[in-house]
Amino acid sequence: MTWQSVIDGASYVLFAASGFFFLAGSVGLVRFPDVYTRLHALTKADNLGLGLASAGLALQSGSLIVALKLLLIWIVVIVAGATACYLVANSARNSGIEPWTGESR
Amino acid sequence: MTLALQALAITILISVALGIYRIERGPTGTDRMLSAMLFGTSGVALTLVLSELTDLGGLRDMALTFALLGALTAVAFVKRAWGADD
Repeated sequence: MTWQSVIDGASYVLFAASGFFFLAGSVGLVRFPDVYTRLHALTKADNLGLGLASAGLALQSGSLIVALKLLLIWIVVIVAGATACYLVANSARNSGIEPWTGESR
Repeated sequence: MTLALQALAITILISVALGIYRIERGPTGTDRMLSAMLFGTSGVALTLVLSELTDLGGLRDMALTFALLGALTAVAFVKRAWGADD
């Protein structure tokens, strides 16, 4: 069991988890009942999927600079996602879209 | 490793396809905007995976640009769709 096979195994696990979270976010986007719950599925599950994917890619790259760039990309996406989530939810609330309360399903 | 990366790329594409279904269903413009946000995140991930698959390091810079554009898209949508009153 070499060092490289340990790194490869960790990458496989990270990629599998990443694919799972991407699918979970999209299923949430399709299945959830209103804007706010869909926003919740998107901004958390998908950003985690991207984080896991870039962690696996960083392990494969074998270079510190590339790994730091992948980390930077993930941080930018997280900050952008949090900001966009707040803006969209706030504007939807101001424009009169009512949150789903469980009665109308 | 190539096979795992290809499988991840296909999984991300399936996730994008589910987002297209939400665009078709609607019902409001906000729901369609959420799909655009999904495409932003998925696009960044897909570009990163392709960068590793094809050994093109420049694609990582492209992914960074996508990440920044995704933020601008949401802000522009909020300002244009609802910002007329302020």
